[in-house]
Amino acid sequence: MEYTASEMMIISSARALQGVKVVFVGVGMPNIACNLARQTVASDLELVYESGIFGAHPTRLPLSIGDPTLISGATSVCSITELFMYYLQGGRIEVAFLGVAQIDRFGNINTTVIGDYHKPKIRLPGSGGACEIAIHAGKVFIITRLSSRTFVEKVDFITSPGFLDGDPAKRAALGMPGQGPQLVVTDKGILRFKADTGEMYLDVIYPNVELDEIREGIGWELAVSPDLKRAPPPTPQELRLVREELDPDGRYRS
Amino acid sequence: MKLLSMREAVTRYVQDGNLVAIEGFTAFICFSAAHEIIRQRRKDLTLCRMTPDLVYDQMIAAGCARKLVFSYLGNPGVGSLHCVRRAVEKGIPHPLEIEEYSHFGMTCRYLAGASKLPFYPLHSYVGSSMHAVNPNIRFVKNPYGDNQIAVVPPINPDVAIIHAQRADINGNTQLWGLLGMQREVAFAAKHVIVVVEEIVPEEIICSDPNRTLITAQVVDAVVHQARGAHPSYVQGYYDRDNSLYLAWDKISRDDAAVQAWLDEWVYGLEDWDAYLAKLEQNEPAIWERLKPGQALSSPVNYGLYQ
Repeated sequence: MEYTASEMMIISSARALQGVKVVFVGVGMPNIACNLARQTVASDLELVYESGIFGAHPTRLPLSIGDPTLISGATSVCSITELFMYYLQGGRIEVAFLGVAQIDRFGNINTTVIGDYHKPKIRLPGSGGACEIAIHAGKVFIITRLSSRTFVEKVDFITSPGFLDGDPAKRAALGMPGQGPQLVVTDKGILRFKADTGEMYLDVIYPNVELDEIREGIGWELAVSPDLKRAPPPTPQELRLVREELDPDGRYRS
Repeated sequence: MKLLSMREAVTRYVQDGNLVAIEGFTAFICFSAAHEIIRQRRKDLTLCRMTPDLVYDQMIAAGCARKLVFSYLGNPGVGSLHCVRRAVEKGIPHPLEIEEYSHFGMTCRYLAGASKLPFYPLHSYVGSSMHAVNPNIRFVKNPYGDNQIAVVPPINPDVAIIHAQRADINGNTQLWGLLGMQREVAFAAKHVIVVVEEIVPEEIICSDPNRTLITAQVVDAVVHQARGAHPSYVQGYYDRDNSLYLAWDKISRDDAAVQAWLDEWVYGLEDWDAYLAKLEQNEPAIWERLKPGQALSSPVNYGLYQ
């Protein structure tokens, strides 16, 4: 079956949610991936939004994390205070998806500025909840296309701390309860982080992709797993769910 | 008498140089108040809001603000806030000072402000660059242990503008849907203007006390303005007008287009009712388009104890 890179990204992300019960989600691909996972590998998955929603059951594709469809029929709507205090800082979020403008070799994420903070070339949206999410979520997953403009040696600004300078032990020393970034799902392969240094490495390559295509999209000398795996392609069932039920208008899968 | 027109409420409670908070997380954003503030040409304001949204993009483009306190600069679900970016990147219409937190940091500032605490602790910012660029994010030693913890100072807006579904004439206000930080900001503010879709008798409020967001004691003015949050939404009343959020993305990329938009939709209109009439003239079925279906909650019995 033919499929797009976006469909592969959504499906790979959903597969990674196997057995997860509580996920912090934004809009776009992570939202589709989480809804797909609920129907495939994680039937108990609860969707949590930083706007103050636990257990969203939307009846349309939400345009933003505050979309009214997320409220009606949800299990619980709480204040932002409760969301951040009891759910996030309270250690109850197993997995969170974060967006990136830049991500570096050690999984530190920048969504604040390109260039100098005080005289930015580009002013990006900023943290939102991302800073504390990176600290407290059990695991952080990222979905983004490969580009050497995105995957940089060192980010211009650390909005969401990953493995800092390449010392995962420092996370514990700084009292960060979450394990940090665990997965980067791209349009050509999947990256993970080394246990000893927190360095990003290529773990899985998609069908019909060459290693050089991946290296082109990384702004440093990419480490590759000695046990590099080839991803199985999307199944007909996964594609049907994405195309017909979750994103029929093709907003995120095209 | 708290029931005022929007014009009177803004005249009385929003002054040049004020710290103004119009909250509402994607929902309940009081654009009707923002437009009146712009129309009355308030300036040198410090605007605080977790996500500035179009509401502050418009106020900043109109030259109302000297400073912005925030945690996320996005047009939710669409992209950037181009007017805020232009002010920060290029100083247009004039330079904008910024004070940047994360969402949790803003939450804790409002909490400290609402409960008269000198600061509020939160386990965030470690390993990030956030506190390097914001001297108001500090670290203190845990008095019960050896570790450090981040703290943020209180924020007490001069005026907070709250939008909700209903209130009584004294300002007992009820809301259902996204609570956001509206309750906390009301208690943190020196003055509160409540803007509601409907004014209801006190008995309605008292029939469901768990639903009360804020009580009359903290409210200075009550404004009855139906559809007062357009293009934002009010749960159960009208949907978000995504077409305007998408259109703004294009308009806001060019300052001349923004100024023309402000002339047409804010300065050129007498008040919010004129804005609504203009929307209806452009699109007679607008409220049909934005009307949600029905999803009633299941009623509960509080019990009568005599």
